[in-house]
Amino acid sequence: MNNYIVKSNVNIAKDVYKMILEGDVSKITSPGQFINIAIDGLYLRRPISVCDIDEKTITVIYKVVGEGTLKMSNMKEGTVLDCLTGLGNGFSTQIKDDQSKPLLIGGGVGTPPLYMLAKKLLKEGKQPKVILGFASKEDCFYEEEYKALGLEVEIMTANGSYGSKGFVTNAKLFTDKDYDYVYTCGPIPMLKAIYDNSEVSGQFSFEERMGCGFGACMGCSCKTKYGNKRICKDGPVLVKEEIIW
Amino acid sequence: MVNTKVNLCGITIDNPIIPASGCFGYGKEFSEFYDINILGTFSFKGTTKEPRFGNPTPRIAETPSGMINSVGLQNPGVDTVISRELKEMPEYFNKKVMANISGFSQEEYVYCVERISREDQVGWIEVNISCPNVHGGGMSFGVNPDSAYEITKAVREVSNKPIIIKLSPNVTDIAAIAKACEDGGADGISLINTILSMRIDIAKRKPILANTFGGLSGSCVLPVALRMVYQVYNAVKIPIIGMGGITTAKDVIEMMLAGATAVQVGAANLVNPYACKEIIEELPLVMEKHKINNLEDIIGGAH
Repeated sequence: MNNYIVKSNVNIAKDVYKMILEGDVSKITSPGQFINIAIDGLYLRRPISVCDIDEKTITVIYKVVGEGTLKMSNMKEGTVLDCLTGLGNGFSTQIKDDQSKPLLIGGGVGTPPLYMLAKKLLKEGKQPKVILGFASKEDCFYEEEYKALGLEVEIMTANGSYGSKGFVTNAKLFTDKDYDYVYTCGPIPMLKAIYDNSEVSGQFSFEERMGCGFGACMGCSCKTKYGNKRICKDGPVLVKEEIIW
Repeated sequence: MVNTKVNLCGITIDNPIIPASGCFGYGKEFSEFYDINILGTFSFKGTTKEPRFGNPTPRIAETPSGMINSVGLQNPGVDTVISRELKEMPEYFNKKVMANISGFSQEEYVYCVERISREDQVGWIEVNISCPNVHGGGMSFGVNPDSAYEITKAVREVSNKPIIIKLSPNVTDIAAIAKACEDGGADGISLINTILSMRIDIAKRKPILANTFGGLSGSCVLPVALRMVYQVYNAVKIPIIGMGGITTAKDVIEMMLAGATAVQVGAANLVNPYACKEIIEELPLVMEKHKINNLEDIIGGAH
């Protein structure tokens, strides 16, 4: 029931891989959700955000940061994986009608979930703009995929080796303030900088070390202005107004 | 047809499979995966008098065949557990539930046990005595027989439900503590709680858990749990709930042979939300294979 077959698993940037899994996609109901993958030889599952889905496949993009993702990067086509899918409270596009110019800001491997979001926003008649931030040129990925959707994309690299030099908050699309809502996913310092420097509302996707990934163990709790929340179940997406840093 | 029913402190349950406290919330999340009414019962999240957020994150570390947690008893407090969680529970669970109570003083235990005992849905009260006693220099209630006896006696007096004392394995002589609880009036003993442990991030040269130490659970602790259940079975006459690393139906049989009347399943639920369902489905097959007709007959069978 929870079995998925690896259809492809390719390196797309430094330590970054794109894996396509075939299986039931029916539980994935919004962008920003994640899947939790059981990996042979490791006790805990590995939560990975969903980049895109179609009728029968799930695309995930992950960076090799530890033992689990290293094992994933070595998985061959045809490998069968036990995955729990449709986990987490993803991005909501049901925001006020007068918010029609969303800005999507992704940092590193925080960029993938914004891709599915961008497609959904487009489908709903909104025209999002996209800022993608990376450490350097060798870390960059998915620029073309976002552009293929017909979106304006600005790339920032910390060392200036590609796109413009600086952080996402230095991007022209960010500083010109021609947006009325922000969706973002990436490292905490980036999220904090966006929170501090944007005047509009938005949704922020967080990361935390998880136990179960489905709300049972309280391993990934955080405090918010709306009460205690579990990053895996009530998050990973929180609205700007509730966040406590 | 094999018989999986067991009598746990005067209440017969359909099978001895009980999700452990802290690994099953109030059952709601698991009811999204399967009908949790197939369970013997479950022990809900450890409950204290006041709401608790618990420890800072990271609260979870991994280890071969196990995990370490330092959640720190996050819970909404006994009053909210009663007014919200227990109120909603009949929508997805219609059996008697096991209430898990924690505290940092004798007064707190007594308050919570007395309060939760009034609830009809509660079948048993499992009292976790692994917490540090704020009036006892931070020493856990469960580390010496005298304080274990005192706390058991105090909660026994304010409840009309079976009292099961949950023991910490971080002690020198588990049998002596179990005996003290029996002497204090306990109706049952459950063990083992998690084993004090840690992991270190070698790149950062710092403990992985924000709380430095946490409790080890998962299949790696099964042999320790078996040993302690075996020892406690020799020391007391009251029923034992065995827990620690149980993942399969074979583990259930092994734990019962060591002396357990029922078992609790903890960490396995977190890595596989269907763990208890799979164990319950597998149990009759394993019983048949080992020519066990009546599960109760094997309790303590390894002695």
